[in-house]
Amino acid sequence: MAYAITDRCISCWACLTVCPNQAIAHVEGLFMIDPQHCTECAGDFPDPQCSSICPVEGAIENEWGEPVNPPGSLSSMSAR
Amino acid sequence: MTAQILSFPAPSSCGSGSTGSQECHDPRVADHPCYSKDAHHKFARIHLPVAPACNIQCNYCNRKYDCSNESRPGVVSEVLSPEEAAYKVLAVADAIPQLSVVGIAGPGDAFANWPRTVATLKAVKKALPVLRLCLSSNGLNVAAHADEVVELGIEHVTLTINTLDPEIGARIYPWVFWEHKRWKGLEAAQILVREQWRAVEALTSRGMLVKINSVYIPGVNDDELPKISRKAAEFGVAIHNVMPLISDASHGTHFGLAGQRGPDEAELEAMRERCGEHLPQMGHCHQCRADAVGMLGEDRGAEFGREALAGKALDAQAIAARHAAVQAALKSGSGAKWKIAVATGDGLRIDQHFGHAEAFRIYESDGQSVKLVALRRTAVYCQGPSDCGDDDNALPKLVQGLSDCAAVLAVRIGYEPWQKLERAGIQPVVEHAFAAIEPAVLAVAQKLHAQMAALLENRA
Ligand code: SF4
Ligand code: SF4
Repeated sequence: MAYAITDRCISCWACLTVCPNQAIAHVEGLFMIDPQHCTECAGDFPDPQCSSICPVEGAIENEWGEPVNPPGSLSSMSAR
Repeated sequence: MTAQILSFPAPSSCGSGSTGSQECHDPRVADHPCYSKDAHHKFARIHLPVAPACNIQCNYCNRKYDCSNESRPGVVSEVLSPEEAAYKVLAVADAIPQLSVVGIAGPGDAFANWPRTVATLKAVKKALPVLRLCLSSNGLNVAAHADEVVELGIEHVTLTINTLDPEIGARIYPWVFWEHKRWKGLEAAQILVREQWRAVEALTSRGMLVKINSVYIPGVNDDELPKISRKAAEFGVAIHNVMPLISDASHGTHFGLAGQRGPDEAELEAMRERCGEHLPQMGHCHQCRADAVGMLGEDRGAEFGREALAGKALDAQAIAARHAAVQAALKSGSGAKWKIAVATGDGLRIDQHFGHAEAFRIYESDGQSVKLVALRRTAVYCQGPSDCGDDDNALPKLVQGLSDCAAVLAVRIGYEPWQKLERAGIQPVVEHAFAAIEPAVLAVAQKLHAQMAALLENRA
């Protein structure tokens, strides 16, 4: 059970500031989720935090590889 | 034991409007390069890009690129750690000792990165205590931190508020992240508008100098901006800065792609006029970048990039000492004028110890003439040997109350206050003990004059 960051990530740092498990690492300019620490926020918050603040559609995927914020879901979102 | 300094004029009477406004005597405004027309030629500022994350989305911002509206660097620009930022400030103060203001304005939101923001400000203040600190925010996460803002010694907070009406807000902000949840549409705008005014209230009620930035989006928030000005005035906000929407499809922002236009010069001027009926307007904003360095309008950021700084050996103590001296010399009003505080009982001679003075007379001098401009009462902070060197609140408050002065003249000044004054950029002077006030103030003003000339020449 873990989320993952795709190459649509724009390195905005937002997810890193809200993860309750310090599961997100900033390595050589890239952001990635450590599956060993990600709990999908179970027990901490009803909504997974990283994907609730991420400004980019498709930048975070769930364990099935589906975008948590699919195209159009952040409506007038600009980063594309 | 408390020191009661005569309170400063209400911030609401302050500003440097293009729309004829009252003169401002608040020392927090007088030498702030972003607020005062006089000061922005003389003092420099630096914005530190330590706050990358953001907790809302604005339709005029594309987080991928430099923010077209605040001229903020986008996420592609370098983000500094708090330690790197403090080091950068030191390097900049070394090269530009006129540096007087340090701000955190992004690239995201100062309050969405609160721990990083706090760590940075603490490190900066420790290195160069004379610096003034300011923050910019969308207002969402501010109210909860208002007490910390005061404790950190922050003097100015800028909040960007674009509407009072959530319906209109929903056209400007697609979502906000609030209390561990993403909110969209009308709900998002309701939360944001509510929290923004909670922020204004929390800050102004604590005596903080607050500026409101508004992005003018023609056809969207035209009638909102004067309402914001009016409401802000009721809360004691100092100044309103109406900025034009900068919109271009190439920026990839929602507004840019949707063809939303920005206002032309005439529209902007007219809008500032309307808002100016309620609150002083800022006329000289250059919408500087969050990593801006140097005097306003002169961006020297590139000189102090991470690479340029690597391996640079800096003498922190020497830089701090010279910085404090230059700041003191720079406090010269509009021309080459200085405010000089005098510990005197009879108003004729310098006849009191710093710690015993019940009031300070504030004189203004350009080295040619001397004018009495204010009387500031204090409660005596030193009441005998048992209190001496006692580091309670009274002394810092007293020093802060004299922060607009370049020097203070007294019969004697103790070690502790001497250090504190110097660190605050106020020169302690005891060589004129028991002398007549006027000639002593003149002499000190002339000395400041010479000091400033020498210091600035050194840099050239
Ligand atoms: S889902 Fe929750 S635990 Fe997993 S990385 Fe995102 S914020 Fe962290
Ligand atoms: S919030 Fe999204 S875009 Fe920002 S760093 Fe995390 S994954 Fe990347």
